[in-house]
This record gives sequence, structure tokens and C-alpha cells, in this order.
Amino acid sequence: MREFLLGNEAIARGAWEAGVKFVSGYPGTPSTEIIETLATRFPETNPRWSANEKVAFEEGMGAAIGGLRVLVTMKHVGLNVAADAFMVFPYSGTNGGFVVISADDPGMHSSQNEQDNRYLARVAKVPVLEPSDAQECHDFIIAGLELSEQFKSPVMLRTTTRLAHHKGLVEVGERKEVEQKEFVRDAKRFSVPIYRLARRPEVEKTLNALTEYAETCSFNRIEHNDNKSIGVVTSGIAYQYVKEVMPEAGVLRLGMTFPLPVNLLREFCSQYETVYVIEEGEPFIEEYMRNLGITNLKGKEIFGVIGEYSPGRLQQALALGNPPKPYTEGVNLIPRPPMMCVGCGHRTVFAALRQLKVTVSGDIGCYTLGALPPYEAEHTTFCMGASIGVAVGLEQAGHEDTVAVIGDSTFIHAGIPPLIDAVYNKSHLTLVILDNSATGMTGSQQNPASGKNVMGEDAPKLDLEAFCRATGVGSVEVVDTWQRKGIVNTLRRAIAYQGPSVVIARGACQQLPEMKRRNVIPFVVEEELCTQCDACFKVWCPAITRTGQNFPVIAANECTSCTVCAQVCPTDAIKLAEVMV
Amino acid sequence: MSNTISLMFAGVGGQGSLLIAELTSLAAVSAGFDVKQTEVHGVSQRGGSVETHVRFGRVAKVHSPIVTPGEALAVIGLEKLEALRFAHYVNAKEGTILVNDYELIPGSVANAEKIYPHEAIDFLKSKGLRVIVLPASKIARDLGDGRMANVVLLGALSTLLPIQQETWDKTLKLRIPARYLEGNLKAFQAGREMMN
Repeated sequence: MREFLLGNEAIARGAWEAGVKFVSGYPGTPSTEIIETLATRFPETNPRWSANEKVAFEEGMGAAIGGLRVLVTMKHVGLNVAADAFMVFPYSGTNGGFVVISADDPGMHSSQNEQDNRYLARVAKVPVLEPSDAQECHDFIIAGLELSEQFKSPVMLRTTTRLAHHKGLVEVGERKEVEQKEFVRDAKRFSVPIYRLARRPEVEKTLNALTEYAETCSFNRIEHNDNKSIGVVTSGIAYQYVKEVMPEAGVLRLGMTFPLPVNLLREFCSQYETVYVIEEGEPFIEEYMRNLGITNLKGKEIFGVIGEYSPGRLQQALALGNPPKPYTEGVNLIPRPPMMCVGCGHRTVFAALRQLKVTVSGDIGCYTLGALPPYEAEHTTFCMGASIGVAVGLEQAGHEDTVAVIGDSTFIHAGIPPLIDAVYNKSHLTLVILDNSATGMTGSQQNPASGKNVMGEDAPKLDLEAFCRATGVGSVEVVDTWQRKGIVNTLRRAIAYQGPSVVIARGACQQLPEMKRRNVIPFVVEEELCTQCDACFKVWCPAITRTGQNFPVIAANECTSCTVCAQVCPTDAIKLAEVMV
Repeated sequence: MSNTISLMFAGVGGQGSLLIAELTSLAAVSAGFDVKQTEVHGVSQRGGSVETHVRFGRVAKVHSPIVTPGEALAVIGLEKLEALRFAHYVNAKEGTILVNDYELIPGSVANAEKIYPHEAIDFLKSKGLRVIVLPASKIARDLGDGRMANVVLLGALSTLLPIQQETWDKTLKLRIPARYLEGNLKAFQAGREMMN
């Protein structure tokens, strides 16, 4: 049977078929749909959202040494968070098959950096599989779990944005249950620090065996051509672009890009006059080939390391064509960045921060949009949880007017140790937790503060205010995020407080299913009372536009009834629709 | 590559360009084509540009999900600025740009109301491109729900593609929830008729 599946859905389907019995991860574009698909279609795989990627990895590691087949999912920067566990797991090796998805984001569509995680796998000495289409996403997850069991090694499956977020036809199968492997208490294997010296040679032994396996494994494939002038070594989605742009070239498609097959590479390159190495990201394969002394290569010097590849980009690099560029001459092609949703509770907080003229140390989430017009009220953003540490550091550098802003999910993910540190080191930190009960930017997933788990079932809800008080924060205030004046006044008090303070701006994400399902009574503008002062436009709600007569008009099917525009109207011209009648 | 039909769907997050791209892909699958689709958007929230690429072919396997600028049989713009942004994807000789007669001012750009390129359509026509402007939003509103503008455009697009009407109907029936189906079938038909 064939299904039209997203790369991520194909991974989910493959994991289900392979008998996976535990799945953990943290939402992150472009990996999120894997666990969402498992939760909605394949609950017998026992999926969960973990507090962060390190926790997810460690839970997966435990389940795998406990004998289950396991999938762990995260985006590329998530693996940085999980790196501590990732680096040490090969020392013990696994029992049940263990595959970690690293979803890399060339082009940084939804990420703070470009990072080729094949290098991290090389440091960890973990084999890397790179599928080239949705079918292989499905097939490689199954084969990857078998490979993991065969070599007792964790396996990384590296996807990239285009692979994870493209759809294609996938031949699917049925679930095969796999017998649980036995877990035997064995400190000499699983207590790595104490027995590290004994385990170290095992890591090399496994790697050597994998290197030998790479020479003949079915992940790597040669498509020879009679014309021996041009050969291509490629991996991942780039393979598809090669087939599109250079249909006549001989191709070595590497489906396993670590460890690399020495003899296969040498042998392939010896048969072609010129070999192009075409891989998205860093010159991971290319550098290795050059180190082998292969010289008839062309690679990053013509294709480049930055951004996504595409057929058009290859055409241009190979001087095979020159695809047209966007029309920018003679017309004003203005950008359209995303913006906060209609009724988003973050809007009032950034309006208040702008009004108070403070320095804002931001974090990772929808609220990075607070850096853009019209707010321009976020001045630093680096990585998950950094808002707090950076604010503490800025304070030390004399910038005591700094306010840290973090979302509920990001706070739980990486904000807790820095908050404890801020209290311990006697900072005057002011922290705003934007608590919308969701991991918003990736699609409003559940988290420990939302009271629901990935299956949508009730789950214990973290009491954020009690938690913050327990760390020793002296002033913890909760405020309704849609109360403009309330936010400003609460922020003023928190900033003036002598000691660490937390403001929890609370209000559910408008994208949550329960928020979308609500019966909303929209607000309407009563034109007789409107003086066209434009105050409501300065709320920057996308649902408010102008009529031909320059009056504001609120899109009834978009209004969330958040009340913010009505709060700012000086003549009370904005009223609930039923009050009007 | 010439055996492959490439389409570029452009719109603003929330307008439903992804949905009509998906319907096109499913109709093409149902008609027996090999199909690939991919979408590109910024941070995964609303209000930003969204582009969806669809490629399908019968003779050979479709390799790349990404459309190359200059090869699209049609660029489908749910909004004028977005049609302009992706207009260079159209095959200038054989392709068509289908545009909804609709402007949405970007909220997160300073002075956007003043600098919005209202002349986008005339500009594209002046470049010698085949541009068809359709009042899809208006038609959808007349049919009872402005959000169906996307399906009006899909109806118009369907007249350019080698997929039978019954395949489209079947696909819409499979994919659109029952309570919205009737309206959407009407919207689809209205789009088809506009191309006569």
C-alpha cells in the first residue's frame, strides 16, 4: 500500500512498523511532526514530549538498555542539549535498537544557526544514516534500528528541512512486534565513568566494524554511467537535485555518511575524470575524501556551505543554467515576516516593555517576534534558556535595567538552572514568564505547564509560581496577559523590587485546540463613537483593518475577543458584538 | 524535467495555500502521477509568506520536490504581493500566473500601508507574463465564506492541469470536512467557470 507522506510522517510510520515501544523528544522544527504523528496515529509506540532533549535522550537510553526499540527526536540544536548523554552512550552501547533523529535546518528557516550534526556524530563515534526521500525516511528508520541492534550502537538518522518537510509516495507495511531484549545488571558496562578505561577500546572496535560494514552496506548505492567524465558523490536530499540537474552523471549515493567507506570512495573516484561532492551543509564527506588523498574533486568551492541547496542552485554552480531571480527592480517587493497571531497574549507584554524602555533579554519562541517592528522591544536572543543568564551578565556589566523574557516551555526546558543561579548569586533579575500553556512556535504542543500530555490526556500541571518561590525568588506576581495596564504596573513593581522578581503573564495560546473551539463573541467598532484616533491600530492586531471611510473594522471570524483594542479605545467605540445589537 | 509539471502556490499564513497545494497533490496521486510536494515558511507561525511547491509527472520518477524558478506551469497567488514575490517561478513562455484580486498589508513591516506595491499586477504584465487576475475572495464571500478564496483559485487552476473533473471532486470529498464540502464544491466550480 502506498501513502502520500511527509518525510517526518514516514519516519513515524517506519518506527511503528519496526516495533518501537518508546519514543521521546522535544518539539523543534523540522522534527516536530514525528511525535505528533505517532501520538495521533500510532499510540502503541508510547510517545511523549519530554522536558528537554537531554531528558528525552536519557529516557530513551534507559528504555533501550532496558531492552525496547526506541526512537528519540529533536532538531539539530536539541542535540547540543542532549550532547552529554549522546557522547557517552556508545561507551556502554545499547540492547534494544536506538535511533536518534537529528533534524538539521540548512537555510535556518526556523533556527538560530546552521549546524551540520554529522560532526557531532563523528565526535560521539555514532553511525549516521541520511535518507534521500520520504520512502527512505521510512525504510532507513527500520534498517537503522536493526543496525543499532546488530552493532549494539546508538544510530543517528540525520534529516534536513527539505527532507523532513517534503511529501512523497511511500510504500508502507504493517507493524512487527519485536521481543524485548534482556537487561542484565552489569555495572562494568553501564557505569561508564568507573569502568571507562575498559569500555574505551570497545568504542573503537565497534567503529572499526561499522567502517568495514560501510563498504558493502545497502545504504550506499552506485549508479554507474558509461560516460566516465563526471561522477558525483552525494547524500540526503541533494541526491534528488543531482538526478534532476545531472541525469547523465555516475552517482555514488551515500546513505550512511559516518563512518565512510574508504575503498568504495577510492574505487568510485578512480573511475571518473572529475568527481563532484554535493552535500547540503558542511564539507563533511568532501574533507574526508580529500584526507584520503583523492584529488579529482570539486565541492564546496563551487556549491558553497551556506543555506539550502536546490536544483536551481546546482544549475547555477555548474553553469548549466541561470534561473530567473525575484522581481526587485522597478517594484517594491517588501518582505512579509510572520507576526504574532490575532489575540496573542505576548503582544501586550512587548508593548509594555517598549513603553518602559528597558533592555530586554529574550529567548527562543514566538516571542522572538518582539524584536521586529512594531515592538522592537527585544534586544538579545541566543538559544534556549539564555535570556536569564544573559540578563544576569548584563546586570554585572552595569545594565541593571535588563528584563529577561522567556516562555513557559522554554523556562522548563532550560530556564530553571539559570533562575536558581540568579537567586544564589544575588542578582536583581527581573524575569517575565510568558505562560501560554503551550510550546507555541512549533505548533502549540503540550508541556509540563499545560496540564496535558502528548496524547491530550490530563497530566500533572507544574505550578510555576510555587516553583519560582521555591527557588528563593522574593517577588512572584501573576497577571492576566490581556490586561494592558495590569502588565505595565506589575512590571514596574517587579523592576523596582530589590532582589530577584518573576512576573508570570498568563493567558492561553490562541492556537490551542480548546481556544479555537471556544464560542467567541467578536468585538465590533461603533462608527458613531469612533473619532478615528487610530489608538486601536497601535495594538497591531492583524484582525483590525480600515474601511474605505478610514474607520477601523474588526474581522469577526478572526477576533478572539481578547479585549485589548477595547481597552485602548478612548471613546469606548469598540464593543462586544451582542452589546451592539 | 520537461515531463514534470511544476506548480508554485504562494500566500500568507492562514490563507490556505498549503491546503490547495495538498489537494492538487492528492488529485495528482489519484490520477496516477508520481508526486512530490514541499512547503517553505519562516518561523512556524501565522501571517508570514508561505510557499508550497508541487511537482508531478507520469513518465519518469519525480526527483526534486523544489520547483526551479522559470519552470512552473502556474504560479497561484492568493494575495498580490505574494504573487509578485514568487512570479519568477513561472515559465515565462508557457506558464500562467493566477492571482487573487486581494491585498493584505504586512503587519510587521514599518509603513507597510504606504510602501505596498499596489501596481504589482501591471508590473508583471509589463514583463510580458501571462497574468490572470480573479476576484476569488469576492466570489468566496458571495458564496458565504471569504476563506474559500483558495478553493476558487484551485478551481481555476484545475482547468490548466491534466486531471479529470471527477478526480478533483473525489479528492475534495475525501479531504474537506462534510460541513464545509458543499460550499467548497461550489467555490471550486465557480473558479472553473471563471476560466471559460
